[in-house]
Amino acid sequence: MSLLFNDFKSWEKHCAETGELLYQPVLAYEIEQKDRTEEFIWENIARAYDVMKDAVHTGLTEDMRSRSSMVNNGAKKVASSPVTVLSPEFKMLVSRALGAKEVNSCMGRVVAAPTAGASGILPGTLTTLQELHGLSDRSIHEGLLVAAGIALIIEQNASLAGAVGGCQAETGSAAAMAAGAIVYCLGGSVDEVFTAVAITIQCMLGLVCDPVAGLVEVPCIVRNASAAAIAFSSAQLAIAGVNAVIPVDQCVAALGEVGESMERKYKETAEGGLANTPRAREIENFVLVQDVEILPDEEGS
Amino acid sequence: MAEKSSVFDMIGPVMIGPSSSHTAGVVRIARAAIRVLGAVPQEAIITFYNSFARTYEGHGSDRAIIAGLLDFKTDDKRIKEAFDFARERGLKYTFKSVGNASTMHPNTIKLNLKADNREVEVVGQSRGGGVISIVEVDGFSSNFSATLHTLIIDADDKKGSIAFIASVLAHDECNIATMSVSRKGRNELARQFIEMDSGVKPVTLEYMKQLSWIKQVIYIPNIDL
Repeated sequence: MSLLFNDFKSWEKHCAETGELLYQPVLAYEIEQKDRTEEFIWENIARAYDVMKDAVHTGLTEDMRSRSSMVNNGAKKVASSPVTVLSPEFKMLVSRALGAKEVNSCMGRVVAAPTAGASGILPGTLTTLQELHGLSDRSIHEGLLVAAGIALIIEQNASLAGAVGGCQAETGSAAAMAAGAIVYCLGGSVDEVFTAVAITIQCMLGLVCDPVAGLVEVPCIVRNASAAAIAFSSAQLAIAGVNAVIPVDQCVAALGEVGESMERKYKETAEGGLANTPRAREIENFVLVQDVEILPDEEGS
Repeated sequence: MAEKSSVFDMIGPVMIGPSSSHTAGVVRIARAAIRVLGAVPQEAIITFYNSFARTYEGHGSDRAIIAGLLDFKTDDKRIKEAFDFARERGLKYTFKSVGNASTMHPNTIKLNLKADNREVEVVGQSRGGGVISIVEVDGFSSNFSATLHTLIIDADDKKGSIAFIASVLAHDECNIATMSVSRKGRNELARQFIEMDSGVKPVTLEYMKQLSWIKQVIYIPNIDL
């Protein structure tokens, strides 16, 4: 029987007992639970990574303007900005995460990882990591399987959906997946990988889902960029041996608890937060369909 | 225990943005509907309900539904330009918006489709994550996701018909995942919706079509294939 990814503790124990690398039980899980061949899994992980690379490229080269006009070629602006605020690498990271997410907002092809709203984070972080460290595609593919294992656990013990757990569940989970994958790809220990996940959740905890006019644009796109940056800062802390103090499974439980107690207006309903600002309400007026036939309220029901 | 998620639910699906319920799910509803119709339609009236009624333009669900009617898949890059392809293929379409339909799921779409002399009405819900449910076909209530293999059978409402069909499918080694029967009145035509884990052999379909009490058989293999 394969590991079922109920928590991080059992994943760690499994690897300690068998000497397997973190990605191996993820592979075994998919083979057993979903009746898939190992070949099928590697092929489709490779395809997912190709789509991610393609999204980064598209976001940095093609015209990225959404119908609402809230998205207007942000990634290209960052990449070609004359001012480098921190380092060329940081600029590259931010522009890539932004670009892949802009492709999503502009009806381009992306990988929902774990969701469409967070689809810029793994592409931005992993393509940047691969380039900076000269990593092989195989190494990144293993990292993606590790990221999938992380998401399977978060899905079971908290949530991956903004409508259920707020933005922390979407971009927070994606950032945690990315941070874990980064540390794994750089040869970090199991403990360091899970510490990176724990620290990332600590950084992303509490983010509400408050999309302007209900569109997956503002603030989703800029949060993909910041989440990518947090994935890197968490990975740096974890791989250096900084202690997360709160064990990763308990961080996931906290993510679930915060998500559960979040008010409905902060869960993708476009009723609270940024979505409820005067400017957002103006934008709604030209984005939303106005010609709607409203049925009468049912009486006596 | 609930069905376990796949690695490719976590790293995937590969899809066209911006949101799985507004694009992938919408494409799937249309792909299911044209299989009920048996063709790419020449005319379509598309009604978006409730939450969809206001948001469908901003999220590009109008392009997604047209793309699905043209049989494009959920990850097809042409979805964005679906209107141009509709013009090329001669598909005429009208959009309607209806709010406050209190008995309907927030993300519901009704499709009235016409091809040659055939017409169908299909109501589908986009339930999140690209998952759909077809809840009504020509006024018969249903509940299928169209991601398995689906059979829609119209038969006289007579005793033993369900058991007979189940037995025929068992002989074809089809495992039935879900089944529902809907009829408009007693002793009237009944419509059976059967979802199976694997596909049905052509000979089995042909056999069922030959039975005098079976009026129509519609077979919908996994719509993502």
